[in-house]
Amino acid sequence: MTEQPLLDVTDLRVLIGGRHILHGVGLDVAGHGVTALLGRNGAGKTTTVRGILGLVPRSGSVRLDGEETVALPTHALVRRGIGYAPEDRGVFAGLTVAENLRLAERRGAGEPAYALVHELFPELKQRARQLAGTLSGGQQQMVAIGRTLLNTNRLIIADEPTKGLAPKVVTEVAQVLERAAEAVPVLLVEQNLAVVRRLAAHCVVLADGRTAHRGPADELLGDAEAARRLLGVGHGPLTPHTAEADS
Amino acid sequence: MSTLVLLTMTGLGLGALYFLIASGLSLIFGLMDVLNFAHGALLSIGAYGTWWAASGNLPGAGPGGAGFVLAVLFGTAVGTAAAVLLELAVVRPLYTRPREQVLATVGVGLAVPALLSGIWGPDARTFPGPEALSGTFGLLGAQVPVNRLVLIAAAVVVLVALRLFLGRTRHGLVVRAGVEDRAMVTALGIDVRRAFTLVFAIGGCAAALGGALGGLYFGSVDPRQGTSLLIFAFVVVVTGGMGSVTGAAVASVVIGLVQQFANYYTAAGLGDLAVVVLLAALLLIRPRGLTGRLA
Repeated sequence: MTEQPLLDVTDLRVLIGGRHILHGVGLDVAGHGVTALLGRNGAGKTTTVRGILGLVPRSGSVRLDGEETVALPTHALVRRGIGYAPEDRGVFAGLTVAENLRLAERRGAGEPAYALVHELFPELKQRARQLAGTLSGGQQQMVAIGRTLLNTNRLIIADEPTKGLAPKVVTEVAQVLERAAEAVPVLLVEQNLAVVRRLAAHCVVLADGRTAHRGPADELLGDAEAARRLLGVGHGPLTPHTAEADS
Repeated sequence: MSTLVLLTMTGLGLGALYFLIASGLSLIFGLMDVLNFAHGALLSIGAYGTWWAASGNLPGAGPGGAGFVLAVLFGTAVGTAAAVLLELAVVRPLYTRPREQVLATVGVGLAVPALLSGIWGPDARTFPGPEALSGTFGLLGAQVPVNRLVLIAAAVVVLVALRLFLGRTRHGLVVRAGVEDRAMVTALGIDVRRAFTLVFAIGGCAAALGGALGGLYFGSVDPRQGTSLLIFAFVVVVTGGMGSVTGAAVASVVIGLVQQFANYYTAAGLGDLAVVVLLAALLLIRPRGLTGRLA
């Protein structure tokens, strides 16, 4: 990555309840395409994302387009152009689908792109008046990703968007992220290596709250020994988790 | 029959008063996780502000007609301003220290009655109100005090206004979402602290209005009124479900009626005990309160 990264994180440290969760994570996200944030369970991927956004107390440096943001409160950082789909989807169960989307509208972030969201996820239009808490996991993920596409963002952060979804929905989500990444860079936390293989150009691997590897995604996924060592995947060549996701 | 009607209307009037305190308390707890022990003080400030204005100290205000309306508006405005000040000066600096936050609101809850007592004395002061509101009206053979009706009407107006605010405005949407998941609201780029101040202002406004109209109900104001009503407001909040305005309305009616009927048909004072027993029983059966849902 020779060009200036869109997001440049240096020495990110997070201390929760007196325990160090991150010990100085460094990562960068290119100004285009998908950068995958990988690692075994408990490596600190979600904490890294939450640390970048200021949702947990953190120190270090988080530069967005060259601007230091580590001192900004979460809402101010997000308003600088970040769309975030959290690991637990973060939908408001007691609000309708339409209200969940309306809540994500940001002033000064352009006209809300409802046409795009409804084109990608027609179900969200049909279920606009349905309480989000009554949606399936896949539909809730559509709401979460839909919210990130509603505004004109500089970066989308998606934390395990395919987790727990049926293979068909995994494919849909991957397709949407692929299309989104054509316009906006994406930082993708993902366990499904088939999705990573399909979407990501670059990857950052965490281990025990530290950066263990950075480089092109296809190089890592093409190196069975490195993938086994860094990601804990099984012996033999890497195979997609789902056939559909690679289609 | 007339006794039943009178007890019901008095219970509903008391429930209306509880609702005016509990609705804000419930929203504040639901959104901010703040147990605001100073909420009773806001009621007292509203009550004393209205009493002070209606006693001829505020030009244009007085004990009757439009003058009394002005006095109520003044008392409510002072209570609202006090709530905003409380949030900005005491609660906000302690967001990350919940234990100290609770202690600070307890401190304010004790300091305000002491201050009122220091300025105007510890004894109850007769509350000046319009003659039209001090009389009674006939209902199914019972002579019901008009002030009960005023309280009930005010509570209904506040309930409708809160429902419209929560259901129809963007600020209300932010509050409802914040009650569910405050962190996610900030992650959508919304400064949730503004919602905190707004909710404190709304809660303070309703409580101060309760204080202003509570003066009519009790016929007097005294420095400890807010604190003693706060206990029942907490019972209402827990019974109705934290953060639920509709739940608070239902619970207020239940608590007010149970208290009145138990006090009348058993022994004076047992009604207060009955609502606490009711709360304990409910928490065993439905830990999230009557509604089990938010806002």
